[in-house]
Amino acid sequence: MAKPDLSSAIEMAACSDTGRIRSHNEDSVLANAALGLAVLADGMGGYNAGEVASGMATAVLGSELQHAFNARSPSDAGADGQVWAREALVDVIGRTNAAIHLAARSNPKYAGMGTTLVMAQFFDDRVLVAHVGDSRLYRLRSGKLAQLTRDHSLLQQQIDSGMLTPEQARFSQNKNLVTRAMGVEPTVMTDVAEHEVLPGDIYLLCSDGLNDMVDDETIEEALSGLSGNLALCASQLVQVANDNGGRDNVSVILAKVRAPFPANDGQGGLLGRMQSWLKK
Amino acid sequence: MAKLILSMDNLVLKEIPLNKERTTIGRKAQNDIQIDNLAISGEHAVIVTILNDSFLEDLNSTNGTFVNGQQVKKHFLQNNDVIELGKYRLKYVNEGVAQAAQPDFEKTMVLRPDMMRKVAEHAAGKPPAEAESGNLAPPVDLAPPIRKEPPAAPVGVAAAPQAAAAPDLPLGAIQVLNGSNAGKTLDLVKSLTTLGKPGVQVAVIARRPHGYFLTHVEGARLPTVNGAAINPQAHELKDHDVVELAGVKMEFFLRS
Repeated sequence: MAKPDLSSAIEMAACSDTGRIRSHNEDSVLANAALGLAVLADGMGGYNAGEVASGMATAVLGSELQHAFNARSPSDAGADGQVWAREALVDVIGRTNAAIHLAARSNPKYAGMGTTLVMAQFFDDRVLVAHVGDSRLYRLRSGKLAQLTRDHSLLQQQIDSGMLTPEQARFSQNKNLVTRAMGVEPTVMTDVAEHEVLPGDIYLLCSDGLNDMVDDETIEEALSGLSGNLALCASQLVQVANDNGGRDNVSVILAKVRAPFPANDGQGGLLGRMQSWLKK
Repeated sequence: MAKLILSMDNLVLKEIPLNKERTTIGRKAQNDIQIDNLAISGEHAVIVTILNDSFLEDLNSTNGTFVNGQQVKKHFLQNNDVIELGKYRLKYVNEGVAQAAQPDFEKTMVLRPDMMRKVAEHAAGKPPAEAESGNLAPPVDLAPPIRKEPPAAPVGVAAAPQAAAAPDLPLGAIQVLNGSNAGKTLDLVKSLTTLGKPGVQVAVIARRPHGYFLTHVEGARLPTVNGAAINPQAHELKDHDVVELAGVKMEFFLRS
């Protein structure tokens, strides 16, 4: 069964930049509106290993997920009563992690490489969000910005435990310390969350090069004011990060929901399911 | 590495590197920093250092611990903070900022696995031995933190991103010239200011370190500047340029 094309319901734009300090861009982005898939990875490791790790994360995840969802609809019920896509995501992320880890182990040039990951898979009027590390996903709904992921970082743990207030955390010298990353260990713990999607929502996936340099208020205003031109919105956000210092690579993916996209859109629930069953 | 400079009456007595997880301050001999003065409690205060950050905590001292003139119980130390204990002063100097400037600093670093335990213990407000036996520590990831990049940098940049705009860039503003809002002005204090009617015609003015730039966002027509349509790229605004957008004329000007 072919997965429905979501490009009429979801619009996406991406922008990735080296920034003003670093010599090369270790971030990777993948945005495919037809598949309803956005993947952003912020790589780390010497020489070009960071790019290799983040590039593997987006490429392997993208092709494996497409393969998985071509075989079975993401909104099918899974063993635990949740949607099956959740299991698929954890499984694919686990295999991607193992692939990066293996590459790091088998090639001395890539020793110790790793990458953060944040990804969004849209289907059936909902989105599954998975993340590892400190790359984030925000949602703008009715003009209000909300951060839907919680960083896996030393700073976030210090905030959670009450040692630091979010205000104080901005002054910490311990930025850029992640407590989880893809490729560093043979297995990885992934946070997966499901959110209901409404028309008009705008989702922002970004590397810390954006949220370390641009405050939430500015991000909120940019998403609200420039939503009519998503590509410009992405490039303006990157520009503000660079104007504020651009100390890191900065990447953003924007996904704007134009219309509902229920799983059986247009075919009528039962009939659609019958037809797709006959086509198998 | 961060250090403390101990002085009294502006006379430097010694420098103490903060190379331990816990650096204790007090009158008794077992303290890391012993200050033999009756105004100082036997166990007066402790500084807990986690990687590049240090936290000062008063240990219920009789005369209190002051930082930059304010009495504190717990304080997140920032470069050049001055800790006052009786007549003594301890200046906190953190050279992490200088370290961040080194471009070739090791980018990826896996730290000792016990680091997260230390964080948990400190958060639970217990000395290490006690916390190890207790189970009050908040849940933490088991893996050690992984350093993504050099220690970040100049303190406070993220806190005040607008400050990065060149300080000598004059504040820009627009004044509406026609319609019901004629005469109203808007200061362009934000990084991005959007103008126009969503769905009809929208443009954005970006405040950048070297000037103000107008860019078309949406709508079939491009905004005009001094009567001529701008091209789709960013257009730098000059003092007293007249912008027209969705039927509204407005003048851009620089406040001196």
